[in-house]
This record gives sequence, structure tokens and C-alpha cells, in this order.
Amino acid sequence: MKFVDEYRNSKEAELFAGAIAKTVTRPWTLMEICGGQTHSIAKYSLQDLLPANITLLHGPGCPVCVTPVEQIDKAIHIAGLANVIFCSFGDMLRVPGSDKDLLAVKSQGGDIRIVYSPMDALKIAIDNPEKEVVFFAIGFETTAPANAMAIFKTKADNIKNLSFLVSQVIVPPAICSILESPKNRVQGFLAAGHVCTIMGYREYEPISKKHNIPIVVTGFEPLDILQGIFMCVKQLEAGRAEVENQYSRSVLKEGNLSAQKIIQEVFHIIPRQWRGIGKIEQSGLGLKDAYASFDAENRFPCKLQSQERSTECISGLVLQGIKKPNDCPAFGKSCTPESPLGATMVSTEGACAAYYRYQLIQS
Amino acid sequence: MCLATPGKITSISGNDPLMRTGMVSFSGILKEVNLAYTPEAKINDYVIVHVGFAISILNEEEAHRVFETLDQLNEFGNSEDLKI
Ligand code: SF4
Repeated sequence: MKFVDEYRNSKEAELFAGAIAKTVTRPWTLMEICGGQTHSIAKYSLQDLLPANITLLHGPGCPVCVTPVEQIDKAIHIAGLANVIFCSFGDMLRVPGSDKDLLAVKSQGGDIRIVYSPMDALKIAIDNPEKEVVFFAIGFETTAPANAMAIFKTKADNIKNLSFLVSQVIVPPAICSILESPKNRVQGFLAAGHVCTIMGYREYEPISKKHNIPIVVTGFEPLDILQGIFMCVKQLEAGRAEVENQYSRSVLKEGNLSAQKIIQEVFHIIPRQWRGIGKIEQSGLGLKDAYASFDAENRFPCKLQSQERSTECISGLVLQGIKKPNDCPAFGKSCTPESPLGATMVSTEGACAAYYRYQLIQS
Repeated sequence: MCLATPGKITSISGNDPLMRTGMVSFSGILKEVNLAYTPEAKINDYVIVHVGFAISILNEEEAHRVFETLDQLNEFGNSEDLKI
């Protein structure tokens, strides 16, 4: 397949790896933001190609992993109600809530449907007028235009039996929160190519300047990631700190303007809780007042006492790059993808699941 | 859930700009994709698709850049003076 296979050639990957090795004179610690990149790094063992003094930390860019336990509990509550059809992306079903997951609700008879696109929920709502349909609208900027379009169309087409449980987050405030932490080790970022496909990369320029840190917008194929690392270490070695775009075949500086327009129509910026990390100001998207009647939290109000089940789980530290998955005592023992203790072991883009799946045990 | 993958548009239908859709081939597997965010997309374009929406049209010229860098690496055998 064009635009895929040519970016996976191992000879060319080695050429990049050789260039990185020749460029690097000191140890550097980089973080890839996106779980999709973490998955590629693990799948293609990219860390093995790099010199030992390059450390890759895995960032918080997996929406399944950072959706707070409170939202999972609300989803579990709503999905268990009679007369509700609850629609969700598949990965969310295994994410642990305070005392169970959505899969348990499904096996107890809850009508939970796995959908590929938020637009599928519209169709389900139209086909089932006697039911209340709820879509679990999670995601980063990449997913926001799709969720926003579904919400916009629901209102425009006057679909009364569909609402949205929203848990949208955005990347730049999370980068700032990592950089402002006293424990921060990250010296350069690989920004997420698909997030930037939507939002562009202007917002990263003040961050790069303020924190004097290189940020390279990077794609997801092995050669993309190696080139992103190469560009990042070249900046570090030269003492530069700029925003550069490796993934220019998809990313424009200003992003996708028609997508941004619908996001702004439907959402506004609010504080959000990130699972394992805590509250980050201005880091989420919530429904604007004009769309409040499509907010499932208004339609199905509930008071829940949410609590993390496992005290062993260090996924918050993994998501901030402070620990690696295999530093966790539960990794591969009491915590596996079949019986996950934390959300980072659930999603294929979660760092713990990626390490487990590809048996990546590194320091 | 966060994966976004490239595919090739094989046909386009619909006039409503918000609901214009294309059939997109992912290595031969066809899926219907909403083209609201790629209004200029044409048949035979490659698009990046995420949860049923095309979010960008891949730029052929830019796509070669990574290989140009590789050619330079190959030629010079090191990373000195590389323009990326
Ligand atoms: S291995 Fe499991 S318990 Fe440990 S950090 Fe990862 S998800 Fe949490």
C-alpha cells in the first residue's frame, strides 16, 4: 500500500539510525506524545536501532488511557440504564472503572454497541427512536472534528434521542504540564502528527520558545519516527530549540481549518481531569451552552463516588514519562491485557500494552 | 482507537458539503468515509482517515522529502550539512 510500505523499509531505517548515532555526542531524553507512535516504536523495536544514549519516554497521548475514572463510572452507570443504547469505541470496554468495566455491563445485559465512527451513533439513534442513544465522545484533537460533526448534525437534524458523554482532551496543556513538573526529564518532543494535522503547529511555537525545547511534528511509520528523532537530536546537538515539521505530507502549519471551525462551533475549552495525572487547566473540550441539551451528563444526572481500584498501578507516572511500564511491579504479573489494572494496559496505544505485546523490556 | 491510516479514494458521492462521502480503499478493503474536512479531495487522492473522517489529503511532493534526506545520507555517509 502506497504511503505505508515505503515508510517501513528496514534498510532505510538503519540509514537513519546510523545518521542519528553519528550526530549524537551526549545523552538525550525525548518523548513521543502519541500512543500511536509508542505502538510503532514497540512494534518495530525502534529503540534497539538507536544509540544507547537516546532514551525515549512515552507520553500521555492515548485518549483511552487518560479518560478519568469518573467519566468511565458515568459511562458504566448510563450504559446500565434500561432503554439506553450506549455506543463506544471498542477500546473503552475494558478500561477499569471504580469497580467494574463496560464489558461487565454488556455481559449483564446492557445494550452496548461498539462503533467505528461517531456518525454510526446517529444512524443507531435514527433507527431506534424509542431508545435513548448515548455516544462516549472521547479523544484528542484528532478525534474532536468527528465527534463535533456528530454533535453538530444531531442538533441540526433535530435528533432528540441522542446525547454525548464527552471526555475530550487537548495536547499543548499536557506538554506544558510535563515541562513544568520538577521531575521533568524530557529534552525534546516528537509532537503527534495527526493532532497537528487538525490543529497545525502554531500553538507549539511559544511552548518551544518559553521552555527552550525542540518540538518536531512527527508521523507514525518507522521512518517517520526515526526522522523525527534525527531532526530533534540535530537541534539538541546544535543548541537549537524550534518547532519543525517532519510529517509535512499531512500537516500544514495552520492545520485543517474546516475541522477547526466545527470544533469551535461545538466545543469550548475547559479544565479536565487526566487519569493518573490529575487536573490540567484549559486541557479539555466541553460542550458549549448551545449544545448543552445533547450532553449526556445533563440528560442522565448521577452522583457517583469514583475511586481508582488498584493502588499498585503507576500508569500516571508512565504517562508523564517518569517511569517505564516495566518499572511497575504489576507489569506482566497481576496486570496483563487480559486482566488490566490500569488503562495503559488496555488500549493498544497504551505504553504498558505496547510493551507487553512486543515484550519490550528496556531500561 | 486513535489510529489514522492512509487510503485511496475510489469514488465520491453526495452534494451536502457536510455529508459528502467517498469510498476509500485501504489495501483493497473499501470503507465509506466522510469528506467534510477535505472539501478539495478528488478520486485517486490519498487521504488520512480517522474514525470515519478524512482529515487530510496526502501531499505527494512532501511525501518524497524523507527519501530525499535518505538519499543525501546515503551519498554523504554522514549527517553533516544536511538540509532537511
Ligand atoms: S503495568 Fe498495569 S498496573 Fe502497572 S502501570 Fe501499567 S497499567 Fe498500571
